[in-house]
Amino acid sequence: MNATDGLAVRDLTVHYGPVRALGGVSLDVPPGAVVAVLGGNGAGKSTLLRAISGTLRFQRGGISAGEISFEGERLSGAAPAAVVARGVVQVPEGRRIFSRMTVEENLRAGALGARRGARPRMIPHGAAEARERVLALFPVLAERARQRAGLLSGGEQQMLAIGRALMARPRLLLLDEPTLGLAPLMAARIADTIKEINAQGTSVLLVEQNAALALSLASHAYVLEVGEVALHGPAAGLAESDEVRRRYLGIGAAEVAAGTPGERPALSRWSA
Amino acid sequence: MITFLELLVNGISVGAVYALIALGFVVIFKATEVVNFAHASLLLAGGFVVAKLHPSIGFWAALAAGIGGAALVGALIEFLIIRRANVAGHSVLAIVTIGVDILLVTELTRQIGTDVLALGDPWGDRVLHLGPISIAETRVVALAVAALLITAFLLAFKYTGWGVAMRATAEDAETAALMGIRLGRVSLGAWAVAGALAAVAALFLCVFPTPGLDRGTTFAAMKAFPAAILGGLDSTTGALVGGLIVGVTEAMMSGYQNELAFLGRGIGDVAPFLVMTVILLIRPAGLFGTRELSRV
Repeated sequence: MNATDGLAVRDLTVHYGPVRALGGVSLDVPPGAVVAVLGGNGAGKSTLLRAISGTLRFQRGGISAGEISFEGERLSGAAPAAVVARGVVQVPEGRRIFSRMTVEENLRAGALGARRGARPRMIPHGAAEARERVLALFPVLAERARQRAGLLSGGEQQMLAIGRALMARPRLLLLDEPTLGLAPLMAARIADTIKEINAQGTSVLLVEQNAALALSLASHAYVLEVGEVALHGPAAGLAESDEVRRRYLGIGAAEVAAGTPGERPALSRWSA
Repeated sequence: MITFLELLVNGISVGAVYALIALGFVVIFKATEVVNFAHASLLLAGGFVVAKLHPSIGFWAALAAGIGGAALVGALIEFLIIRRANVAGHSVLAIVTIGVDILLVTELTRQIGTDVLALGDPWGDRVLHLGPISIAETRVVALAVAALLITAFLLAFKYTGWGVAMRATAEDAETAALMGIRLGRVSLGAWAVAGALAAVAALFLCVFPTPGLDRGTTFAAMKAFPAAILGGLDSTTGALVGGLIVGVTEAMMSGYQNELAFLGRGIGDVAPFLVMTVILLIRPAGLFGTRELSRV
């Protein structure tokens, strides 16, 4: 694969003070692909996304080695606004919508980062297009436009968080646990939406604990363990591998726990 | 009754000026979570520029320069100190602003000396007679200008991209950064706007019936602190209501101080802080605030 295509993370090491959160992580998101990152709590998944978006300093962290580039341009060391302007936008874990602002204002806030970049003039034109696309994906946001975002349900908040990020017209969307805390039906809807966003030409880097869902969406997947890439490969292959089946899909655990009906595979996923 | 009405109008007018100062204070707190104790020095700087320049370039140009100057001082404080201070907590930055305040006020009062500087405003000591009520023209202008500025500010805060960026940052700075909002610019803008508002307030604190700008002007500016705090440090509505409460209370307590003689002379100056204390006892986050003051 060509180094000037898509997102390329090379030997990335990240520290929070003396604590190493990532060690020598390399990862690629080819243009137009959906790539999944799996791993348990504390594996470094969110740290990876923070490093890409340039927001490590909010957690008093920093990149100590390695490089991140997107479409051949260096992202590591760039300010968060510069990363957004280059088309890499993140939907943070826990949705983090602006709950005291209205749905409409949240979407406006999402569009603020896309205005700049190479073009000095404003492009209201593009913003209107982005807005149409978001409202077509999530019609409920149009219905609730004047409501306070904090009053939306969990699923609607996730839709708003994704819609807000799409307002910046990303070429690469970073999703941090988009189905966390959602009912299965809503999680399936979010998954469908991710497919649709990808079909419209946006690459996706999907961080998930719900491995079954992530592997069904992604073409490639990486498994992070204690800040290092433990496994990676085509998603279909990983879904077949014994280790992933046992540790992340809970299939081995189901066989072991077959005698105790209370311990269904779904319960093996903790989100403490 | 006439006295009461006159006092009320004067109180509202002064209160609107306090609200201008408090608004800047709240904007800085919302954008950067810094309690800006240097606010009175911004005000003094703005007033000082107007006082020094008006004889040579005329009042209106001097006022524009004063507003620009105070905005610049605010922006410089943000750019040179707040942005660069790599400290763990916002409470440390609040203490840094106390240092800045002492520096600026000391230098400015040294420049002013014992003088009382006129600001050269066109209203002078003219008095308007509305039926039986007499009000200084400056008070009417102050009220009109403050109302206009506050309305413009609130509209901008609600509808412009700048306002959306500001509110998003106030609510969740990290997520705002993820949306591509430049926190540095938001913070710089907040300090500059606060400086400009303070300069306008300086004008109206120093015109008739006040003799002019002197070293005591910062004490007048200090009354905007209780206004911001009793309204709730992170609420623009709170700043307005707080300003009016402080202004009216002060005017009433000063106006009726003969009836209140048992409280001692000069109760009007203490009144704002008294009201603040009482309100904080009942509502620790202020009237409209969402955050407790414990984080300051």
